[in-house]
Amino acid sequence: MTILNETATRTDRWTPVCSYTDLLPERGAAVLVGTMQVAVFRTFDGALYALGNFDPFSGAYVLSRGIVGTRGGEPTVASPMHKQVFSLVTGVCVDDPGVAVPTYPIRVTDGTVEVSVA
Amino acid sequence: MRLVVAGHGPTAHRLIETLVERGFDGTITVFGEEPRPAYDRVALTSYLSGKSVDDLTYRVPDGVSLRTGVKVVSVDRAARTVTTDAGYTEPYDVLVLATGSAPFVPPVPGKDLPGCFVYRTIDDLDAIREASRDARAGVVIGGGLLGLEAADALRGLGLETHVVEMSGWLMPRQVDEGGGSVLRNHIEALGLTVHTGAGVRSIEAGPDGRVAALVRPDGEAVDAQVVVFSAGVRPRDELARGCGLEVGERGGIVVDEGMRTSDEHIYAVGECALAAGMVYGLVAPCFAQAEVAADRILRGSAAFTGADMSTKLKLLGVEVAQFGAMSGALDVTYMDPVAGVYKRLFVSDDATTLLGGICVGDAGPYNTLRPFVGRPLPGAPSDLLFAGAGTTSTDLPDDAQVCSCNNVTKGKICAAIADKGLTDVQGIKDCTRAGTTCGSCVPMLKQILVKSGVDVGKALCEHFAHSRAELFDIVSVRGITTFSQLIAEHGTGRGCDICKPVVASILASLGRGHILDGEQATLQDTNDHFLANIQKNGTYSVVPRIPGGEITPDKLIVIGEVARDFGLYTKITGGQRIDLLGARVEQLPAIWRRLVDAGFESGHAYGKALRTVKSCVGSTWCRYGVQDSVGLAIALELRYRGLRSPHKLKSGISGCARECAEARSKDFGVIATEQGWNLYVGGNGGFTPRHADLLAADLSTDDLVRTIDRFLMFYIRTADRLQRTAAWLEGLDGGLGYLREVIMEDSLGICADLDAQMERHVATYVDEWRAAIEDPDKLRRFVSFVNAPGIPDPSISFETERDQIKPVLIPLEAVRS
Repeated sequence: MTILNETATRTDRWTPVCSYTDLLPERGAAVLVGTMQVAVFRTFDGALYALGNFDPFSGAYVLSRGIVGTRGGEPTVASPMHKQVFSLVTGVCVDDPGVAVPTYPIRVTDGTVEVSVA
Repeated sequence: MRLVVAGHGPTAHRLIETLVERGFDGTITVFGEEPRPAYDRVALTSYLSGKSVDDLTYRVPDGVSLRTGVKVVSVDRAARTVTTDAGYTEPYDVLVLATGSAPFVPPVPGKDLPGCFVYRTIDDLDAIREASRDARAGVVIGGGLLGLEAADALRGLGLETHVVEMSGWLMPRQVDEGGGSVLRNHIEALGLTVHTGAGVRSIEAGPDGRVAALVRPDGEAVDAQVVVFSAGVRPRDELARGCGLEVGERGGIVVDEGMRTSDEHIYAVGECALAAGMVYGLVAPCFAQAEVAADRILRGSAAFTGADMSTKLKLLGVEVAQFGAMSGALDVTYMDPVAGVYKRLFVSDDATTLLGGICVGDAGPYNTLRPFVGRPLPGAPSDLLFAGAGTTSTDLPDDAQVCSCNNVTKGKICAAIADKGLTDVQGIKDCTRAGTTCGSCVPMLKQILVKSGVDVGKALCEHFAHSRAELFDIVSVRGITTFSQLIAEHGTGRGCDICKPVVASILASLGRGHILDGEQATLQDTNDHFLANIQKNGTYSVVPRIPGGEITPDKLIVIGEVARDFGLYTKITGGQRIDLLGARVEQLPAIWRRLVDAGFESGHAYGKALRTVKSCVGSTWCRYGVQDSVGLAIALELRYRGLRSPHKLKSGISGCARECAEARSKDFGVIATEQGWNLYVGGNGGFTPRHADLLAADLSTDDLVRTIDRFLMFYIRTADRLQRTAAWLEGLDGGLGYLREVIMEDSLGICADLDAQMERHVATYVDEWRAAIEDPDKLRRFVSFVNAPGIPDPSISFETERDQIKPVLIPLEAVRS
């Protein structure tokens, strides 16, 4: 019951962050949602992903500035600081699976990108 | 020409001999302090075993006026005369100082007692022989090469012989501790007593006033009636000091590559000279110096730029050899204490390059391997220890540490390859963590894969089966202008943080538009993406170009004002410019605007591109300078600015052989000569320091620029990703000779192409900062948050240290838990 409630709450709390065209294909951008920093990415095929912007290896809010690519078909971003690669789908670090960053729901509504961090 | 030589030892003899052989047509006057002509000092010990003075003495060439037993005591540089201890004055046009060295006698109480000697001249040996007639035991103080020679002599004279060596083992300059212990076993087996790690407290006299004992610091007395000091030598530079010639801080007469002192009429050679930053005590480098000086006196252009200090000798019946470096990233050691054999080879961190070796008891590898120092290994190191060059069947031992960051051995890597069926470096990284930290062992990981029977090819990453050089050719020949086109036609997937910057760099090298144009922007590392260098707290640093390090007061003031107004930390860099640190992304365009308005441009500190061309003050101001190094540095920096390459490029220009710009540590370095410029390539500081190699000498400025153009373009075309020129040159099949053929003799017929490519680069250069601030589309990216452009990143804060900002870091542990 709690889980259902939480899902319902999350989907209710979509925050518009930018227009879809603000995002470069295969590049990320940082957005501020309340006091949280979220890294949003637009991949080559037009899909969107959202991760925490905090790089757990370097302790800096920089993941949005990494190079976007693929590892075995899975979309990834490499930290700009020390190049650890994270899955855009799961947030898990490909080079060190014991480390992960949070992922957030993201969608486009009428050309506006929205994320849910609640 | 009247040539005067002060000193007559082996080096002076070699100089005179060379001059006479080559037809020197002036007069040669030599003053020798010893009562006899020069003799072979290396064979000195054989004098005690029966050779006569005549056997050892060199023949003085006809026509040379030699005055033995006469010492030069002063030089009048203005009058160009020397004065001898007999009060005689001799004029010269050219003076050569070959005064040699004096044995160093440590200030030990009793050092001047009768029975104490040094070991340098025939007179010394006569005295030692005389004193040994009534002696039981003798001590040599100093366990180096010469000390063991002396010990051999005392033993030959029938004395019970001790060797006292300050450091932990014998011959510390030629062998390491392991080799020293094997050497000690040999020497003790001959009946000598070795005291290592031991100093001398005093030398005590007996009732007759002569030496009776040596007392060690621990109070133990060693019976001895003869003491020989062999604790090193000091250059005899007193003549030079007396007449105001430049001498080194620790002694030695400073000379340039032509062995010329700070007075153009005076040369210095041999053990009294400080050449290429060193005083050489071995005979071979001294002879080389003598030949260079002779060549210069005959108006040649020979240069002495340092010498191989390799040694191979037989001492007390033991073979000892040392060649190349005495340390390295990796080493292979063989030790057999029973047979008394010790062999060790040092190799580079990727196990491809031989760095040096040490042999005791069997110097076999010396002859076969010494030529391979600094070159690719001719076989597996462990085979080479036994058979010398020519075998390649085995490899590093399993317990050799390959990745020192993560302590991964070769055995562990091989096991992972075999057990998990790994086929690429990424697989090794994932399984073992080897290569995941500093990455310097990655080339070695590839080698281990190959040795394990895996075909690794040259694949850049999982997206391209090509090497960087192959991709360069594809992009260049097919005229490809985008990453998407390249990966669609020649790769798989959508790229990654390895291949994207490589392709971005290739496109930039070929002049395919601004690095932030269209799709290219997405390929760039964060530094290139923001045209600034990311720092540990996510801020960036800004480095405006200051060509050659020359800057006006007005421009300095602008930099200061910008730093003050934006609250930036400032530091002078090693490349003679100023780094402004702590800028947030949204501040960058405003900072550039101020700098660009004042006439600055991007310094490309963020790019794999030309960084700086460092220079000394040069002939405009410096009283020693022979060419305008600043002018050349500025011209070269402006010519190559913005040139994208496989890795960063650094350069230095020195206005004379004193080399104040440290040009030989640069990718391309230039040192001025009287006739033009010497070009050195492939130098490096950093993780694996390397002196640049002389590619060409005495070039005109036009020839110099053309040669550098081709060198850079050939490097850009053919190097691997992130391969500096040093590693590229070392890996180049055929090495420096091949490079010379390609870019100076056009053996591949590509020089016109290389020239055209560079001309295109020079003609199409634009300042990346200016292009960014003049393009509203690019400017929009310079925000901390795309949904809140005015808000700075709240995670970035600073505290104050030494009156400047310093990042406040987020405690990592707290966040990760």
